[in-house]
Amino acid sequence: MARLTLDQKLAILSDAAKYDASCASSGGQKRDSRDGKGIGSVTGSGICHAYAPDGRCISLLKILMTNFCIYDCAYCVNRVSSNVQRARFTPEEVVTLTLEFYRRNYIEGLFLSSGIIRTPDDTMADMVRIARMLREDHGFRGYIHLKTIPDASPDLLDEAGRYADRLSINVELPTDASVKSYAPEKSPARIRRAMADVRLRKEAAGDKTHTGRRAPKFAPAGQSTQMIVGADGASDTTILQSSTRLYASYGLKRVYYSAFSPIPDSSAALPLISPPLVREHRLYQADWLMRFYGFDVGEITGARPDGNLDLTMDPKLAWALANRHLFPVDINRADRETLLRVPGIGTRTVGRILKTRRHRTLRYEDLMRMGANLKNAHPFLTALDWRPRNLDAADLKARFAPPPEQLSLF
Amino acid sequence: MLRVSLPKVGTYEAWRNHARAFLASETPPEDILWHRGAGGGDLFAATVPTPRAAPQTTVPRDFVALARLAVHHSDPERFARLYALLWALGTRPRLTDDRGDPRVAHLNRLAKEVGRDRHKMHAFVRFRDMGSQTDRRRFAAWFEPSHPILEIGAPFFAKRFGDMDWSIFTPDMTAHFVAGTLTFTDPAPRPDLPDDAAEDLWRTYFRSIFNPARLKPKAMQAEMPKKYWRNMPEAGLIPELIATAESRAREMAEATPTLAPARAEKVAARVAQSQEALTASQDRFHAALDACTRCPLHANATQAVPGEGPTDAPLMFVGEQPGDREDLTGRPFTGPAGQLFDRALASAGIDRTTAYVTNAVKHFKFTPRGKRRLHQAPNREEIAHCRWWLDLERERVRPDLTVALGATALESLTGDRRALLERRGRIEETTDGAPLLVTIHPSYILRLPDPVHKAEEEARFIEDLRAARAHLPT
Repeated sequence: MARLTLDQKLAILSDAAKYDASCASSGGQKRDSRDGKGIGSVTGSGICHAYAPDGRCISLLKILMTNFCIYDCAYCVNRVSSNVQRARFTPEEVVTLTLEFYRRNYIEGLFLSSGIIRTPDDTMADMVRIARMLREDHGFRGYIHLKTIPDASPDLLDEAGRYADRLSINVELPTDASVKSYAPEKSPARIRRAMADVRLRKEAAGDKTHTGRRAPKFAPAGQSTQMIVGADGASDTTILQSSTRLYASYGLKRVYYSAFSPIPDSSAALPLISPPLVREHRLYQADWLMRFYGFDVGEITGARPDGNLDLTMDPKLAWALANRHLFPVDINRADRETLLRVPGIGTRTVGRILKTRRHRTLRYEDLMRMGANLKNAHPFLTALDWRPRNLDAADLKARFAPPPEQLSLF
Repeated sequence: MLRVSLPKVGTYEAWRNHARAFLASETPPEDILWHRGAGGGDLFAATVPTPRAAPQTTVPRDFVALARLAVHHSDPERFARLYALLWALGTRPRLTDDRGDPRVAHLNRLAKEVGRDRHKMHAFVRFRDMGSQTDRRRFAAWFEPSHPILEIGAPFFAKRFGDMDWSIFTPDMTAHFVAGTLTFTDPAPRPDLPDDAAEDLWRTYFRSIFNPARLKPKAMQAEMPKKYWRNMPEAGLIPELIATAESRAREMAEATPTLAPARAEKVAARVAQSQEALTASQDRFHAALDACTRCPLHANATQAVPGEGPTDAPLMFVGEQPGDREDLTGRPFTGPAGQLFDRALASAGIDRTTAYVTNAVKHFKFTPRGKRRLHQAPNREEIAHCRWWLDLERERVRPDLTVALGATALESLTGDRRALLERRGRIEETTDGAPLLVTIHPSYILRLPDPVHKAEEEARFIEDLRAARAHLPT
């Protein structure tokens, strides 16, 4: 086999990495290189430096160290039984690519993942070495996200956490049973234990030592995980229950939902459908409702007999339509929790309503200026000069449903 | 009519100084014509010199943040609108809180647009390598923002690229960062920047990271509007990527599954072997407990928490179930109740490492609530299912005395959880006739609100532990 050029390796190893949904560069510890001794900064909120035509943000250089892998996970393009072309970066190549892209303002940093080669410890050790070279040899202060290998030794995890802003371990599929059938070499229990370990280490780093000195920071941007949606038969209720448990148990910053997408040289074990993008979007909306709007899983999926979210409208609107007896909400009197449940009104608008309400009574047109989506909100609220008339109308739901789609000629 | 010319650099500070002076002289908004940069303006207006020291006024913090951004909008009315709002604050000091007010809403919209434009500048500037004779590398970029934002956009680059020199050319101004100093100069015509080989690699990355099966060009354009494309090396690929996406996705879907390469089988055998070796090296009791699915609790917990201690321990403590902390560490009594337990043991003169410490139920039962897990007591079936494991542990250890900590342990060991507080301190018998000392669970002490009561209960708990120690054959 001819030696691959850097360009060819980059093509193979970024293609292999694109099924990881996360590209976030947020939540890192704020720092910069104004002292001129290094390169890079983290602003806290993250920047998307480009968008691919799939609508996804490109914030980090997201690559695999190698796509050689000894595991055989049915959903994965890099599984051992696949015939995709294989490649492997040297640590120096990853470092150079990261720094040269960074200096041209293409990226916020590096998201490094890897296929498992030889043993989990060997793989993790190489990844940690790349992070160490960036941080210590090159004074790199940008963002680093490392995918951790579940069975790697605790010392390596500890070192990874000191160099990386974020660590992640994918739970891959919503239930243990599906992980066992599609990723036979992975152990859901060990994945959970690895996440528990990250949480413990992060908490330990937050405590002051007995001398009052702070322990070195451990993964300041926390940990995240990813679940593939649509590869197994799990319902949205199952998926959301699973993420509720993950958020509560391991202090995750994010659970990413990745619509199962056709891959080159796919396994016969999985359906090759076009990825359920709308479903993925609805799951993110539901996830937001649970984390920032005080909803719980039962409320969001409760009204649906099959346990799946309504694909035609956002879950908050669907919930409000199923719970009309709680509406309309008086925008001038309702408390924060109640306001958050009105469709078309987000956390920011709620903040503005509460602030303005201290000084005067709100009218309908005020809401327009405050950023409310009145198309969704108008039947569910009252204001000084507004009373909805159609809240009990039988066809209210139909008014929100999207117009019928014309069948395309074939 | 008064005419004010604001400089291109230090625009906000200049506007603020003028505005302070106008407020002090009670000049109404309609008497002022504001203007940024040289030239333009009204022939009949009198130009106002830069005021020396104008008295400060107090304004809400929101207003300052709003004004700092809004002065960089391209709307020619922005200075006048800001001064009009400042003027109105004189009679309504909390006006900026009113997000429904048209004046406030309009300025907030301007500020938001400027903030977004600045954010897009931070994202979409693309530097090219200019080569360098010194050890500081030199880069330059041409960028066309929608608003004159270079002054507030450049500091980000100074913080980020501290060890290199760079210039950003825009149609409105130029920023230079040389040896750690940021300066602004007059606009230059678009410079001819040298080719940069890294752009080819970047295009390769952009092409490869795109998933043709999830084409969503509208989502891309909402965040990366076309107006930015001409200065981004990767944007030239977009039309082709969109055009070929569908056929690429179809090809992937239609391709017949291939046969696995020859090495796959060998690798799989090796993986299976090493995983077997891993399982074989585990304690059999622990491995079996870890795989337990006798009750539904295993599904939500991280792991089963086995007991801990020497198998010839004379004393065995049985608690309720692992808590949040124990579930993460995999060891019994490591959370807040565990710390209290350790303290009490020490006071009673018992070395924890000589005792066997375990729980009646091995998996953590909880309800998730946001970022926390709320403890739930195990029910009768769960206790009964898990009794099997506790019995195995008791058989392995055969302690001289077992101590039941709390009602769940008591139920598991005697079949009867009633009247715990009456039974505490007594020696009873387990269902199979072994001696059992009854006491409370240390978390009971933690939950008591009254500190005096708490101290009393802790002392009684230590008494019970002493009694346990005394009961041991010497």
